Amino acid sequence: SLLSAPIRAAHHVLTTNKRPPPAPAAKASTAMSGQSSGCGFLTSVVVHGDSALSEQEKELGRRLRRLYPAVDERETPLPRSWSPKDKFSYIGLSQNNLRVHYKGHGKTPKDAASVRATHPIPAACGVYYFEVKIVSKGRDGYMGIGLSAQGVNMNRLPGWDKHSYGYHGDDGHSFCSSGTGQPYGPTFTTGDVIGCCVNLINNTCFYTKNGHSLGIAFTDLPPNLYPTVGLQTPGEVVDANFGQHPFVFDIEDYMREWRTKIQAQIISRGQGLKVGNNSSPFSPDRMVASYLVHHGYCATAEAFARSTDQAVHEELASIKNRQKIQKLVLSGRMGEAIETTQQLYPTLLERNPNLLFMLKVRQFIEMVNGTDSEVRCLGGRSPKSQDSYPGSPNPSPSHSASIHSLASPAKPSGSHSYLPGFDSSCSNGVAPGRPHPSAHCPKQLPSTPSNAELNTINSVRSQQANACTSGDIDMEVDHYSNGVSGSSSNGFLNGSSKHDIELEDCDADMDPALPRRQLCGGSQAAIERMIHFGRELQSMSEHLRRECGKNAANKKMLKDAFSLLAYSDPWSSPVGYQLDSIQREPVCSTLNSAILETHNLPKQPPLALAVGQASQCLSVMARSGIGSCAFASVDDYLH
Amino acid sequence: MACMLEAPLRISVLSEVTATSRHYVDRLFDPDPQKVLQGVIDMKNAVIGNNKQKANLIVLGAVPRLLYLLQQPTSSLELRTECAVVLGSLAMGTENNIKSLVDCHIIPALLQGLLCQDLKFIEACLRCLRTVFISPVTPVQLLFTDPTVIPHLMSLLSRSQRTQEYITQIFSHCCKTPEHQMILYNHGAIQNIAPLLMSPSYKVQMQALKCFSVLAYENTQVSMTLVNVLVDGELLTQVFVKMMQRDRPIEMQLTAAKCLTYMCRAGAIRTDDTCIIMKTLPCLVRMCSKERLLEERVEGAETLAYLMEPDVELQRIASITDHLVAMLADYFKYPSSVSAIADIKRLDHDLKHAHELRQAAFKLYASLGANDEDIRKKITETENMMDRIVSGLSESSIKVRLAAVRCLHSLSRSVQQLRTSFHDHAVWKPLMKLLQNAPDEVLVMASSTLCNLLLEFSPSKEPILESGVVELLCSLTQSDSPALRVNGIWALMNMAFQADQKVKVEIVRALGTEQLFRLLSDPDANVLMKTLGLLRNLLSTRPHIDQIMSSHGKQIMQAVTLILEGEHGIEVKEQTLCILGNIADGHTAKELIMTNDDMLQKIKSYMGHSNVKLQLAATFCVSNLIWNEEDGEEDAATAHKGDDTGGNPVARGSQERQDKLREMGFVDILHKLTQASDPNLCDRAKTAMQQYLA
Repeated sequence: SLLSAPIRAAHHVLTTNKRPPPAPAAKASTAMSGQSSGCGFLTSVVVHGDSALSEQEKELGRRLRRLYPAVDERETPLPRSWSPKDKFSYIGLSQNNLRVHYKGHGKTPKDAASVRATHPIPAACGVYYFEVKIVSKGRDGYMGIGLSAQGVNMNRLPGWDKHSYGYHGDDGHSFCSSGTGQPYGPTFTTGDVIGCCVNLINNTCFYTKNGHSLGIAFTDLPPNLYPTVGLQTPGEVVDANFGQHPFVFDIEDYMREWRTKIQAQIISRGQGLKVGNNSSPFSPDRMVASYLVHHGYCATAEAFARSTDQAVHEELASIKNRQKIQKLVLSGRMGEAIETTQQLYPTLLERNPNLLFMLKVRQFIEMVNGTDSEVRCLGGRSPKSQDSYPGSPNPSPSHSASIHSLASPAKPSGSHSYLPGFDSSCSNGVAPGRPHPSAHCPKQLPSTPSNAELNTINSVRSQQANACTSGDIDMEVDHYSNGVSGSSSNGFLNGSSKHDIELEDCDADMDPALPRRQLCGGSQAAIERMIHFGRELQSMSEHLRRECGKNAANKKMLKDAFSLLAYSDPWSSPVGYQLDSIQREPVCSTLNSAILETHNLPKQPPLALAVGQASQCLSVMARSGIGSCAFASVDDYLH
Repeated sequence: MACMLEAPLRISVLSEVTATSRHYVDRLFDPDPQKVLQGVIDMKNAVIGNNKQKANLIVLGAVPRLLYLLQQPTSSLELRTECAVVLGSLAMGTENNIKSLVDCHIIPALLQGLLCQDLKFIEACLRCLRTVFISPVTPVQLLFTDPTVIPHLMSLLSRSQRTQEYITQIFSHCCKTPEHQMILYNHGAIQNIAPLLMSPSYKVQMQALKCFSVLAYENTQVSMTLVNVLVDGELLTQVFVKMMQRDRPIEMQLTAAKCLTYMCRAGAIRTDDTCIIMKTLPCLVRMCSKERLLEERVEGAETLAYLMEPDVELQRIASITDHLVAMLADYFKYPSSVSAIADIKRLDHDLKHAHELRQAAFKLYASLGANDEDIRKKITETENMMDRIVSGLSESSIKVRLAAVRCLHSLSRSVQQLRTSFHDHAVWKPLMKLLQNAPDEVLVMASSTLCNLLLEFSPSKEPILESGVVELLCSLTQSDSPALRVNGIWALMNMAFQADQKVKVEIVRALGTEQLFRLLSDPDANVLMKTLGLLRNLLSTRPHIDQIMSSHGKQIMQAVTLILEGEHGIEVKEQTLCILGNIADGHTAKELIMTNDDMLQKIKSYMGHSNVKLQLAATFCVSNLIWNEEDGEEDAATAHKGDDTGGNPVARGSQERQDKLREMGFVDILHKLTQASDPNLCDRAKTAMQQYLA
């Protein structure tokens, strides 16, 4: 029954809070580096508690993000220091594992020793760079700087073995997986800064000496190489710079060149598309046209089709119908939206019980919000600014906004990265659903309305509901705009005096700075109606489960929706995000897609599909070691 | 109008001209101005992209009529503008078209047109002027004949992006001499053009940038001004550095690098400035890479060669940057065997640039190897390098020959290369060939290289001597060019060093004493120095000294006297005193001094000279005069002195000389000099004194 819902919700909230808090050290490191990578050595660094050091870490984080914006460090952390675990015993590390010194005998080449960085170079860097300063050349200056794959023998200098590459200071030779070197560059010694740049687009590597590029040293490099240094005689000391300090060589200038190259390639491919015919659904003209039709911008779609000699693939009437429904959904009038859908597409919802359920859940949420038609006419307030979609036939702002939210998934609002019609296509295991952001953490303990109170509310239910027809809602809006429940001009009963007192209590609890928001718009009758509706929803859910089997998504959807009632102020609760009008958009687009499908039209516009594919493609490229993904951000083309 | 009268004379060409072309010209003479206008517009549409039509119209005399209409105050502005447009279109054709237009005095007419207020008309005139001026057949001087033109063009820069583009393009093409630079500079070119670097139009930016490169070239005043110019609060050098960023168009990077290079070479930016070492130099090296177009690679290599020519540090950095030395080897692979087969167009393109590429590479190698031995070694070790130079020396293109000999010259400064690769590849052969009737600039480089090949440790010296080079070198000493005279005499000097008697005699014979003494009074100090050097080398080892002095003693003593009495620098006098010292070493030759009291007085006074070097040389001379031959000990003070210790001791002679010199007061002076603060002088004086004690 519904009554149990708040308790479950409370439990849900509790378990959320009960999650073991992260270890303080790790937490601090996260905060300092600005990364969630939880890199092992970072924690140890923080334990030292050196504030200058933390400043350095911050600087490192900033520089790495600027250099390698396409790298997702949760998946592929960047090298930040030498690994104390992945080194030969003759290697000593100090200064936060950035300084390397030799501590062996250094008698023969058998005494050579190397150390690898903590992580391999992620392909999504596109171009990767690090520098090594020769602090001391030691006895003979047999230093090697380079790259090696995991597992390559560390009792060697970089370059001597398979999957190992190095540039040696004593002779200036390059060693490409071989014991004999090739003449490559000048020798290097104490005071010199040697840089190593890996180009993950063409899989080459070049070195720099004191900021001067020495030219290509290696080609056809394998993926997943680690920055590596090797030393061989006593006294040899080198310092690494993985981004802790500005580089001597202007690597960003080199990156600019490659970004320009990649983008020129993209543009030139795009031009190939333009001259092609319009037969492919992915020809630019048809992509634009179908996008317009899909979202029901009929005037624009018509004009565009005319100017590009295309046929509009759907009757205008149908576009208008869909537009009407969309408008209702986006303005939170779910009841009407469902009704209209049933009128216009009689069999659609019958055949899609899960869709209907989703719509109903949304309707429930809108009731809580006080925006659904059924509760609005019961005297709820209607915050104009939030809900009133202007009567214009063109709700474009909402769609363009959703594209932006896709472009920058890290928006603090916590809105889903989402493009209408795109969500479902990409959730097939490739892009796991984003956990809803923790930014909504409760700032205070939720004061759950007691059962007693709810019971009271139930008992004071009045004879309102059916009195409301979907008539001139817009006119009524003006009457209720002040949100005060007691002055219903329609003469509905507004609850008992007890309710009024309760409201005052609520007011006291509320943050005075926040706009006044009340459950179901503050109308007692509306609350009654909402509760009743909730029960129907509960039984519909049970019915569905019997008919179609368990559905985790449905279950979660219902639980989340019901959880809203567990808080005196649902809007600022951990589940309050559901009340945000932006959450109407996925519902709207799912419904839109379903309608289109019945007309044998694609359930998502090819444009959205293409954008989605492009973003997916980039992350697949990153995982497959194709470096050009670094310079092909989808964002660059969405603005 | 003169041209129009000429036109009917070209009857033979006329016969080929189609009737339609004639119709277009006829319409320009219609009494109805509206019809004339329509005729010009139709003509405009007819000539676009049609070179034959353009030529026809020019032959039919359209140009003078168009110019007439353009200049006529009664013509409507629209008609005048259309006329300028058509003329601009005609100029876009062949070089012959341009010549015809210039012959019809189109330039003054268009410049006059710029005084009009109407922007569209001005733009049309400027566009046409631009097209005419950027042609190599147009004399650039025409821009500067009327002194009011430049200031007026400066004032038009503010009118529109088009005026900016055309005017800056005209400037950058017409600024060819230091005078042109100063005219533009004095009319505020820098202040007027600098803001255009920030123009939203790429074309304007580029033309402005090109202007700065031609203005700064070898011009210290302009360059010094440029370094202090601010554009939008930013130093001009920084603006140029930004333009060299690797994501900018190549043309922009290259031109910005040229600007900075020229400013650096003009002394306005230090060679160790970051903007040169870390930005300009690497940018220019990138321009030499295989990825760049052939034209860009040529320009990049030439600019880089120019940038680092005087600075060994830049040469060292460039030599390790991006495998430049190896990268340049690719410049010699055009036309490649692939391009010949692949397609004719490519082959043609490659052929056209092959010479340019080769000479640019030679120039850059010459610059790279100018000072550093390691770099020279690296260059000569580059694949087939010496063979390439050798074949470059005999290429048909003079530009390539000159660059190749420059490269060879640069490498010839290396003792090791002279001993090895130069000899192995017998570079002297093509070099000798090159020296026969080559233009002066080639000759200077080739003879200078020859100087190095004639150094005593060079194994090429022998074969060169045998090839009869003496006559050639002697003829160089008679050249009008001081550089050639120096090289000629220098080579002879090197040749005479420790040479056989036969060679020395040959030199004296071929040169002739007359020429030798003419050279001793040469206005060029360098020539004089090398001539004295030659004399000194000729006068080494006793038999040679005695032989030469016996035949030319009188003239030589005369010349020595003249020089010692003349207004010359310390080095010249020192060298002369050394010659005297060598003469004093001869058996019979020394009598020429001993019997010349005037000379002895001169030597005495130089022993008391304020300059230690001259004191040393004079003392050396005296020391030789008083030497006890049986002692046989050689004074090793000069390497140019022979090492022959043999000879017939004439002890009595030395005693007499010692006595005479003592009488003349030399002993007192020598005694004083043994107390000299300079240890060398002190030693030398002591050694001389010992001769008296012996």
